[in-house]
Amino acid sequence: MTKFEIRGLRADVLIGAEQREEILKGVDLTIDSGETHAIMGPNGSGKSTLAYAVAGHPRYEVTDGEILIDGENVLEMSVDERARAGLFLAMQYPVEVPGVSMSNFLRSSVTAVRGEAPKLRTFSKELQSTMKGLAIDSSFASRGVNEGFSGGEKKRHEILQLELLKPKIAILDETDSGLDVDALKVVSEGINRAKTETDVGVMLITHYSRILNYVKADYVHVFAGGRVAESGGPELANALESEGYERFVKAGA
Amino acid sequence: MASPNIGVKEHSHGGDVPISRLDTHGSFDVDAFPVPSGREEEWRFTPLRRMRGLHDGRDAVGGAVKVETRAPEEVAVETVARDDARLGTSFLPSDRVSALAYSAFTEATVVTVPKEVQVSEPVYVKITGVEEGDAYGHVLVRAESHSSTTLVLEYGGSSTYSDNVEFVVEDGAQLTVISLQDWDRDAVQVSHQYAKVGRDARFKSFMITLGGDLVRISPSVRYVGRGGDAELHGLYFTGEGQHHEHRSLIDHNVSNTRSRVEYKGALSGEDAHAVWIGDVIIGEGTQGTDSYEHNRNLVLTDGTRVDSVPNLEIFTGEVEGAGHASASGRLDDIHLFYLQSRGIPTDEARRLVIRGYFAELIGRIELPDLRERIMDEVEEKLALHE
Repeated sequence: MTKFEIRGLRADVLIGAEQREEILKGVDLTIDSGETHAIMGPNGSGKSTLAYAVAGHPRYEVTDGEILIDGENVLEMSVDERARAGLFLAMQYPVEVPGVSMSNFLRSSVTAVRGEAPKLRTFSKELQSTMKGLAIDSSFASRGVNEGFSGGEKKRHEILQLELLKPKIAILDETDSGLDVDALKVVSEGINRAKTETDVGVMLITHYSRILNYVKADYVHVFAGGRVAESGGPELANALESEGYERFVKAGA
Repeated sequence: MASPNIGVKEHSHGGDVPISRLDTHGSFDVDAFPVPSGREEEWRFTPLRRMRGLHDGRDAVGGAVKVETRAPEEVAVETVARDDARLGTSFLPSDRVSALAYSAFTEATVVTVPKEVQVSEPVYVKITGVEEGDAYGHVLVRAESHSSTTLVLEYGGSSTYSDNVEFVVEDGAQLTVISLQDWDRDAVQVSHQYAKVGRDARFKSFMITLGGDLVRISPSVRYVGRGGDAELHGLYFTGEGQHHEHRSLIDHNVSNTRSRVEYKGALSGEDAHAVWIGDVIIGEGTQGTDSYEHNRNLVLTDGTRVDSVPNLEIFTGEVEGAGHASASGRLDDIHLFYLQSRGIPTDEARRLVIRGYFAELIGRIELPDLRERIMDEVEEKLALHE
């Protein structure tokens, strides 16, 4: 049982050497194991910033508030320590790392997170079956990390990592964006497998309610103006679908 | 200047010599080129004091290199005297050092791949400095029509060395050359590699520069038939105090030719200096040229210097593609962030990203032994600062 808490979080995006802009203006959110929280909001409301701030992205700086995982201060951890503490971020724009093979990267990553190197044969079996579940061709294992992958291929690989790393809390940043319906189903099944197998707590950041047809959210939060503007159950997503974000955009501005 | 491109000396056989905007001073006559002062555009990045006279000839004392070759039986490898009629027919020296080297060598190595022969094993030519002092050489590689070969040209040992290497890739032939500059730390090399690419011919070059005190190499490509294709891949790791300079020239003087130039380097240590000059000319009246050149430099420590200059000169409106890019900088913190966000500790993430940077290019070399050897040497250089 894991408790993940964000309290009064404020953060800036670092634009240049001298320039910064406050994006998060006091975010409060608590996620327990097994729960799925959808974070929905208009473009530019700070959803991705929240994801990056939690992961420790170098272009964002937390200025106030705290992030705790089972009471441990996440903000005092380095990026890799956060991952080893059980946090995972599926990125909206996964990074291409030329020349580093996917398989080598995944093995290094699994070794770091699990604390010991998995047996080569066991790991390669696990990798192959997980890739198969996400309809990823086995040839991708020898390619460079995300190198030349299509948008959809990158998203599948993010979920592949989610399934392999078995985090306690997963933040999925617009994992559904740019996917056609078939790919969306495959990716959603991967997320649901992770939920069933590991009881992971999920923060599902999305612009559209479409993915919520496949991945059931227990809570829906509307994110606007750099904070959670309203919280509710799944019905809130339906309301947003029909009414749009207009009323929150106005309120946040 | 006396008509530099025509009727030059007895070495110039045939009149179809290259004439281009950037390269109008070709000549076998050493005195056609003034002694460089260091202020000229083509010399301003090179520390002439460290060239030990290769540019003016004043220090010419007898050094020696040993040339070893290994080739499958279908390939002819000969050592010939300097008056062999096949030498010096595919190029004109483009600067004083090249002309000096051509005037000074005593024996040349000639590799001939007979027409339509698909060579199974690579051809090796290894040049090793064995006696201190200036040494000069000449290599001619002739890939006859529709043949296919891979050649490994390796430089090692200690020397003050200058040569001209001719690659003649006849119609429909494929020639892949891996040129490995693996000199001892104190060596000086100034070389020119002249490739002449025929109709539908493919020339692929891997320029791997790791050793030496000063290495300056000028690879050039000129096309003599449509459909010619040239890829120049370069990799250098410039360590403390080293000067590595690569100056490529692609002369798209024929229609429907393609070129790709991608040089990647890393620098580490005080006074490591890397220079990349990428000249591309798309000639007047040509059509359908497809060209792209790219230089990247990974700066690993303070105290290094990179000069990266892409030059693109286009004299026609009928171009299919022409572009260039140059980027030099530190390790990308977004790469590191991605790996670290998957739990990989900082040091290991750095190691992975740096190795990936090299592996991406080394992986294109189709000889596993050589790939491994180059990666090992890169590891050794990395170990110095990690």
